[in-house]
Amino acid sequence: MESMKPSSLFGDCGTTAHLTRRHLFRSAGLAGLSWLTPLSQQLALGAEKTGKRPRSLIVLWLQGGASQLETFDPHPGGAVSYGSSAIATAAKGVQIGSGLPLTAERMDQVSVIRSVTSKEGDHARAIYNTKTGYRPFPGIVHPSIGAVLSHELPTPVTGGQPLDIPTHISILPSAFPARGGYLGARFDAFQVGDPVNPVADVRSRVDDDRAQRRMESLDVLENSFARGRLPDLEAKRTLHRAAIANAQKMMTSDQLSAFNIEERPEGERKAYGDSPFGRGCLAALGLIENGVRCVEVTLNGWDTHINNHEGHAKQNAILDPALSALIDGLKERDLYDDTILLVGTEFGRTPKLNVTEGRDHWPHGFSVLLGGGGLRSGIAIGETDPSGEKDDPAEPVRVEDIHATVLHQLGVDYEYELDTPIGRPLPISEGRRIHQLL
Amino acid sequence: MESSPPPLPSQRFRWLRAFLSLGLLVIALVLSSVVISRSLNRIEPEPLPSRVIPAEGLSILERIDREFETAWEKDQIESAPEADELTLIRRLSLALTGAPPSLEEIQQFQQLPELADPVQSWLDHLFDDPRYHQYFAERLARAYVGVEPGPFLVYRRRRLVNWLAEELAVNRPYDEIVRSLVASEGLWTTHPEANFVTVAIVDGDGKNRPDPIKLAARTSRAFLGVSLDCMQCHDDKFGDHWKQEHFHELAAFYAQTEMGLTGLREARSREYEIELLGDTEPTQMSPRPPFRTELLPDIGSRRERLAQWITHEENEAFARATVNRVWGLLLGRPLTSPVDDIALEGPYPVGLEKMANLFRRENHNLQGLIRVIAGSTAFHRASASDLPESPITQAQEQAWAAFPITPLRSEQVAGAVIQSSSLQAIDHSSHIIHRIRRFGETQDFVKRYGDQGEAEFLETAGTIPQRLLLMNGKFVAERTQPNPIMNSATRLANYSPSDEAAIDAAFLATLTRKPTLAEKAHFASLLSDKKGKARERAMEDVYWALINSTEFSWNR
Repeated sequence: MESMKPSSLFGDCGTTAHLTRRHLFRSAGLAGLSWLTPLSQQLALGAEKTGKRPRSLIVLWLQGGASQLETFDPHPGGAVSYGSSAIATAAKGVQIGSGLPLTAERMDQVSVIRSVTSKEGDHARAIYNTKTGYRPFPGIVHPSIGAVLSHELPTPVTGGQPLDIPTHISILPSAFPARGGYLGARFDAFQVGDPVNPVADVRSRVDDDRAQRRMESLDVLENSFARGRLPDLEAKRTLHRAAIANAQKMMTSDQLSAFNIEERPEGERKAYGDSPFGRGCLAALGLIENGVRCVEVTLNGWDTHINNHEGHAKQNAILDPALSALIDGLKERDLYDDTILLVGTEFGRTPKLNVTEGRDHWPHGFSVLLGGGGLRSGIAIGETDPSGEKDDPAEPVRVEDIHATVLHQLGVDYEYELDTPIGRPLPISEGRRIHQLL
Repeated sequence: MESSPPPLPSQRFRWLRAFLSLGLLVIALVLSSVVISRSLNRIEPEPLPSRVIPAEGLSILERIDREFETAWEKDQIESAPEADELTLIRRLSLALTGAPPSLEEIQQFQQLPELADPVQSWLDHLFDDPRYHQYFAERLARAYVGVEPGPFLVYRRRRLVNWLAEELAVNRPYDEIVRSLVASEGLWTTHPEANFVTVAIVDGDGKNRPDPIKLAARTSRAFLGVSLDCMQCHDDKFGDHWKQEHFHELAAFYAQTEMGLTGLREARSREYEIELLGDTEPTQMSPRPPFRTELLPDIGSRRERLAQWITHEENEAFARATVNRVWGLLLGRPLTSPVDDIALEGPYPVGLEKMANLFRRENHNLQGLIRVIAGSTAFHRASASDLPESPITQAQEQAWAAFPITPLRSEQVAGAVIQSSSLQAIDHSSHIIHRIRRFGETQDFVKRYGDQGEAEFLETAGTIPQRLLLMNGKFVAERTQPNPIMNSATRLANYSPSDEAAIDAAFLATLTRKPTLAEKAHFASLLSDKKGKARERAMEDVYWALINSTEFSWNR
């Protein structure tokens, strides 16, 4: 079975050390299954019990490539600002774009990394890269960070019961929702739209009697299908009945109300702003409260190749109330230390305005916000060139370093190597922790 | 398994309805006789490629089978029984058209003369079907260009797929197809095959050139079955075989290509330079194939020479890569995994070399290859044993002594729901409304069910959204709820001569098989004594169970 396949792009992948470890797992009877039943799950369970670690992640996804200059890395008065201004914040010495006044008041609760770099300047590839921590590579689909968390950490428990609703959720998914990749489609983010609408397809279309008869009929079919086939076909391969059981559990669960924001006080709803994204952030809070492991909320529309300033003013007006209300909401419910809040985007935008007063794609120094989860707050890491000439920011942070930091903080051994279906093990993340944040 | 003749309907009105529906059936038969006779004319088996069945001795098909059987004997693996004919045509229709056969097609199939080889006859039928051209083109295109929308303005994926579909329709030799892709010139609009190259143009870098590294990676995986791109940054760490240079010498074939006003062209003076690991200065790389360098022609542009080399009759790697992929598309799992990573010097999986050699000698005939794979003993194995007390084992599946159970792709599940809700095949000759509805709703369904993109053979299952979508979704509900014009469930409920006949037809339309006795007894009881709307709703429930079963969403 163990073929000597060529190694990959990914770091130090040919050393004997990890092969030895891999063989150890194989000899322990976990051959080919270590990516289904990771040992780290047990370790993480231990950590969960002590209650020391944060347990959830919220990703606010600014899709299209948010301009660092109009958000978290302004250079007011400089040649690259083209009139964009900045304001002081609650974090000493940290200024942000003047379109984010409410966030500015809460910058002491988060830290900003201004020197994020990647090698991807195309939306699809860069989104893949930032969501998974790996660059796209033929023949394999890497899991997004939320899928890794759902896979590596035990099923969350809420009120003494295991969670009935999915542990990985994407609100307002774009064309590129978070995926399970080689961990399997069951780790894909569960996708829901604007929380003003109920979650799709969670209500049976027929009365209980008919539903009951349908399930009885299904049993008849499943019994004949199992006849003469692999004995563990359902348990190891199809997982079909299990998925139906889980779907039914979800359909009848009280926890479904976590998606529902109608019952929240009007004042609270207003604070998030009257936008799908704002409502998504409020729903994210409810889901995290219920123990969901990772929620991604997408705000589309940052791809301002034309008229950058106007576009960003609109986007900031949606982001600002939602982000700041979410920080407040997490703190009010005493969830801030339990939850890492990440505001990310696939790349930044060019320091120079183009002829249509837009900014183009710029992966050479863009901004990501990190807060909560016991991470150090109130600081700014890295620095981009105020003249916009240089594409190598000071104290550069790679995309995968953000992954390593978040995973580590949530109790995942990110150097752990998972078996992949392409026959070679890959570390969960190849990044390095950002020590300034820990 | 043999079904008993349907008992007589117990009620007088049932008898009357049966009489009327028989009358309707006769009319329908008369009306469609022209179509059917045309189809039957099509179902004249075409001869296999000349060398498949030589005048004497074992045919090549028999020799391929013998190789599997010898391997099973050696490992003391018993082979699963022969799959029944309906199962075989279900597998073929799903693999080649993305949907199971319609009830009408099944009836046509059952009228075939006894002597005809069912698999080969069914392939004759499918190879003429535009659903095969479009669907198989889409599956192949995933290996060539992936599924991403690609660079704006210079790339249209749809055009590439349509072009490929036309090539498949005339069964153009596969080596010619691949040469067109690799050596394409001109604009992506007038030369759709050029999209293979233009997809690699880097958006917004101002150079207007395809990235040689991306193209070399695609080329080595899709056409050579070698994952050379791992050597992009370093030498092979697991063996001495590959060096970083091998990959970049391949990439150098694409280094002169650029986009001009008249489309793709070659800038013959540009050289390819790369900084190798550990070097501080870039090295100039000359184009050189990673192996079998003696097959490279001397004349032509770099891409023309590469295209000739890839598809050279003596280049076994090209044939192996194609056989492994087409095998995977037909059986749900390639002969060796990953599909695009075949060890250059072996050992090869059972069957691969013989099929690859045949493919090379037979002018890279793609339909011929599909016939050989579909004719193989492995394709004909059942996925279940006849004896419940000794079920199929992992070892049997691994050795192809039993047909592997694999999940249907999202578009196949959508195709199956749509097809099973209609008695006739939903294809190019269907009403435009059907087709538009099919296209739009399929897109939406696939998005929500989850498209695995180019990860063709990634096994994914057990997701809650997939189940919710089929259990409670509009897509299934609209196709099974009472609707005497559109939905087969309602029509079968109203016009079948008996409860049992309705259940038989529902099983054939959804699962392409007759019900077992136990199944028939259970499901017929749901219909018995029900009339009007209650009967239509009962049939909707029957369809619901069939569509939500494991069997519906898995290839067996």
